[in-house]
Amino acid sequence: MVSTLLERAREVAAAVPDPELPMLTLADLGVLADVEEADGTVTAWLTPTYSGCPAVAEMAADVARRLRAAGFAEVQVRLRIDPPWSSDRISAEGRRKLAEAGIAPPHPGGLLQLAPTRRAVACPQCGSADTEELSRFGSTACKSLWRCRSCREPFDRIKEI
Amino acid sequence: MSDDHVYLSLAEAGPGPEGEARWAYGTGFADPLLGVDAAAPEGIDPADLAAYCLMLGDDALVLSQRLIQWITRAPELEEEVALANLGLDLLGQARRLLTRAGQLDGSGRGEDELAYWRPESEYRNVRLVELENGDFAQCVVRLLLFATAREELYRRLADHADPVLSAVAALGVKELAYHREYAAAWTVRLGDGTEESHRRMRAALDALWPWLEELFTPHEVELRLGVDPSSLREPVLAALAGVLAEATLPVPDLPGRAYVNGRAGRHGVHTEAMGPLLAELQVVARAHPGATW
Repeated sequence: MVSTLLERAREVAAAVPDPELPMLTLADLGVLADVEEADGTVTAWLTPTYSGCPAVAEMAADVARRLRAAGFAEVQVRLRIDPPWSSDRISAEGRRKLAEAGIAPPHPGGLLQLAPTRRAVACPQCGSADTEELSRFGSTACKSLWRCRSCREPFDRIKEI
Repeated sequence: MSDDHVYLSLAEAGPGPEGEARWAYGTGFADPLLGVDAAAPEGIDPADLAAYCLMLGDDALVLSQRLIQWITRAPELEEEVALANLGLDLLGQARRLLTRAGQLDGSGRGEDELAYWRPESEYRNVRLVELENGDFAQCVVRLLLFATAREELYRRLADHADPVLSAVAALGVKELAYHREYAAAWTVRLGDGTEESHRRMRAALDALWPWLEELFTPHEVELRLGVDPSSLREPVLAALAGVLAEATLPVPDLPGRAYVNGRAGRHGVHTEAMGPLLAELQVVARAHPGATW
């Protein structure tokens, strides 16, 4: 029974959308670090993406609200900052959803990609590898701004970290 | 309760799950160390650790404040977005470090109290980060000097015994790598650019280089439980020399700025630029004591 409760709580928490990338769940993004259940209290552990991520309060509120709505009366949300978040925590499913939404997913390997040899970034609209970075910094801490030279469309890209 | 939309759900009556009422998206602030063990690790003096977290946290907070002053003033929209992002990273690091300092110093102060209610003499940042913004060349040079040194420091602090300090450093080293790359790219573009951009970069280097030495000058607290900052000098200067060579800029041959009776930023002794900076940073909190947002 206890394990069933925990499984249910995990399912609910894992389905909460990210407030800034709503096409992804917090589980897809790797922000949901763990869900525990003890003596009827559900604890969800979140790992924020960047140090300054301004959406932490929204994420915590959303997770708590969804769990309460699913019938869990005692809910707490806690932060786990160690180990830190990495773009490698974005799941394969998350990468697929990002690309579908027109956002280029990060390459695997984290910050190693910052080295002089960069792999080509494919345009999420037309697939062309003829793309250029407009700015290393974009609309949120985790994104950079790119443009495709083939289809001329601008697009966001999740940075490696 | 059935409402999934984040904006509309904020209109729900009553405080949020962590006891906070928020009036708009992005205005909620979760405790940056929510649920993190507040105790100092065994064998570490909590007062020392608090002082060290304050030094590094104040560096990040004050530079963040300088960076956001560029908003609406940057040469291009993309640079404004970039500088805001760098400032946000630093602010996030500062929030964790200040919260950690408040946990450990026995005062029970939170991040806001430390940021808004300390006088200048209790700020522990190095003087480099508080200097007035100047032109964009000075913005770039300050970022280059600070990010190169801070990335190197964070790399070494990533295995520190304190779990909060190590976590801030482990994430921060990756964030600072982006900051350094940004500053280095602009250094090369401007240094190896037009006659005017080269001249301005030289002037900025000459103005800011003497303040770099403070980042390598140890305070006793740093020697007791942090990384000896003098050990950063060699690798940081080597990295800077590489960027400057690429930018066709000479490495300045200038001595470090003098201390005041042996005291500088780490002791709470600041420049004339610090007072106005803090006045702006603290004015709203002090005009409305006890207000939350």
